[in-house]
Amino acid sequence: MRRYLTRKLITYVLAFFVGATIDWGIPHLMPGNPVQLYLSKFQLQPGGYAALYKTMSEAFGTSLPLWDQYWHFWAGLVHGDLGVSIYDFPARVTTLIFDAIPYTLALLVPAIAASYVLGNRLGAAAARRRSLDNTVLPAGYVLQAIPYPWLALALPYLLGEIWHVFPVSGPYDQTLLPALTWTFISSLLYHWFLPFLTVFLVSLGGWAIGMRNLVIYELENDSSRYMRALGARERLVRRYAYRSASLPQLSGLALALGVVIGGNIVTEIAFHYPGLGLLIYNAIEDEDYFLLQGIFIFIVIGVLLANFIIDLVYLSVDPRTRVSMQGAPA
Amino acid sequence: MSEVLSGGTAAGSPAEPTVTQVAGTVLPSAATTTPPLRRRGDLLYYSLRNSKLVFGASLELLFVLAAILGPVISPHGTTEFFLPRQPPSAQHWMGTDYFGHDVFAQLVNGLQLSYLVGALGALCAALVGMALGFAAGYRGGLLDDVLQMITNIMVMIPSLVLLVVIGAYLKTRGVVFEGVFIGLTTWPWVARAVRAQTFTLRSREFVDLARLSGRRASSIVVRDIAPNMASYLFLVVILLFGSAMLLAASYDFLGLGPTNGISLGTMMNQSMLWSALQLKIWWWFVPPGLVLTGMVAALLIANVGLDEVFNPRLREQ
Repeated sequence: MRRYLTRKLITYVLAFFVGATIDWGIPHLMPGNPVQLYLSKFQLQPGGYAALYKTMSEAFGTSLPLWDQYWHFWAGLVHGDLGVSIYDFPARVTTLIFDAIPYTLALLVPAIAASYVLGNRLGAAAARRRSLDNTVLPAGYVLQAIPYPWLALALPYLLGEIWHVFPVSGPYDQTLLPALTWTFISSLLYHWFLPFLTVFLVSLGGWAIGMRNLVIYELENDSSRYMRALGARERLVRRYAYRSASLPQLSGLALALGVVIGGNIVTEIAFHYPGLGLLIYNAIEDEDYFLLQGIFIFIVIGVLLANFIIDLVYLSVDPRTRVSMQGAPA
Repeated sequence: MSEVLSGGTAAGSPAEPTVTQVAGTVLPSAATTTPPLRRRGDLLYYSLRNSKLVFGASLELLFVLAAILGPVISPHGTTEFFLPRQPPSAQHWMGTDYFGHDVFAQLVNGLQLSYLVGALGALCAALVGMALGFAAGYRGGLLDDVLQMITNIMVMIPSLVLLVVIGAYLKTRGVVFEGVFIGLTTWPWVARAVRAQTFTLRSREFVDLARLSGRRASSIVVRDIAPNMASYLFLVVILLFGSAMLLAASYDFLGLGPTNGISLGTMMNQSMLWSALQLKIWWWFVPPGLVLTGMVAALLIANVGLDEVFNPRLREQ
């Protein structure tokens, strides 16, 4: 168990290091440099350009040797300093990000949890009944194939613009001020539902199909055959199959995070939901590279934390990681 | 040796079912546990009898034909201007958008770009993933540890976010660039699958025999190991193809699509930007998403059918 955890922790530390280095490296490896990019937005006289280029290079430290710049980046990162945003000028990048994180988590966490739990149940039920399988399987494939941006447009169009059941954009009613009142909270939930449904629906199909395939696979396994040979009732055999099938699904949850986060970004943009996704969009629009870099590093940290939590759950669910000294499954 | 032959799991992690995930999709079977089909006729026979494969493949073929023939049968080009915001009619099969472009012409153009991005993404991911997966699985030891570490790190960095940070710095973005970069961020899926399979294969007797005969490692991998997982690899690549197209659509939706063409994602981005929802121009954003859903769903369904064809154990159920 200790070896398992140390290995994992080393991976996380290295992953953070690599993520931060990529984050720093991309602007420096791209043709041109940030100052050039920034100045190219203004129409300057050649002389003025040269003077401004020199001053700004010194101000942003881009004239320093690469190693020093890299070192400064880390120093800033450790102190939680990610610079100042261009899109929302005097605001600090970290402030903008911390304001957006609650909205992103409010969509992402319930959507992942609900789709995972419900999808697994649905898949296990589909593996049991053929009639159910015939609807769950095709529906699952279609859900899995839906592009996030499309559902994020089609749902508000149908339920918002045509049937007027749900609001189509924003985190709450624009006429309300944030307060701990019932009207505000209900407005918050009301606006939250459609973006949540989008992220939830697309993930649902994958979990259902995955669980269905795994349970069928497990039921053909030697362990299931042995249990049947011992005279165990089919219910019991299925329950054990479900439990063994839960393990790959759980490690799959860690792997699927990247895809769901991508989908969440797209959904927030379509719904104008002020999470990290919308912030990314605004940062792209306004070429706010500091903000983009800041969001990237925060998302990497978030994914690493989530992976760590899933690891801990895995550790408590799978006895082999505790008893034997085997490493992590593939 | 006997337990390796009977179980096939001795080399890998213990008792872990040979299940692989590709971009969130579970591939339930491992081709190595099944005897490969010898005759080509058999493969064709079971392919044509498999309704999932026939359905998925024909649907996909329809979309491919639309992508190839679309520009030929489309009466208008993507850059021509007509009356804006016209609903579908005999003249404009899918209407015109906010600016007066023909939606059908854009759609078939987007279809081509989607296939191109998907193919490039799958190809690049397959090449990098196979190289690293074979090396890690066959060599084992320190190299395996290092490559595993790299793969595990890459898996944790979300592709879309990484692509966004890269794309934001580029003034011109081509489709080829997009496909290649998608491949370069999604290869860990292939690497994991290939490594796990190589791990179980490398201790088989025929590989030992090849090693005893003094052949080079690269030749053993190419001629003895790779053919035994060819069908499996094919399935992985198909899944990657689909997920690359979906990833590209999300990426283009962020406004980072190709600057030299109109993709399905760009169409959806434009329709959002110019409030197609409020103006009720549904024919602008419904077709690209619907077509993409069909393309990817057809791939997924064909994939399951192929799995059953390659793997007799699944077929019997």
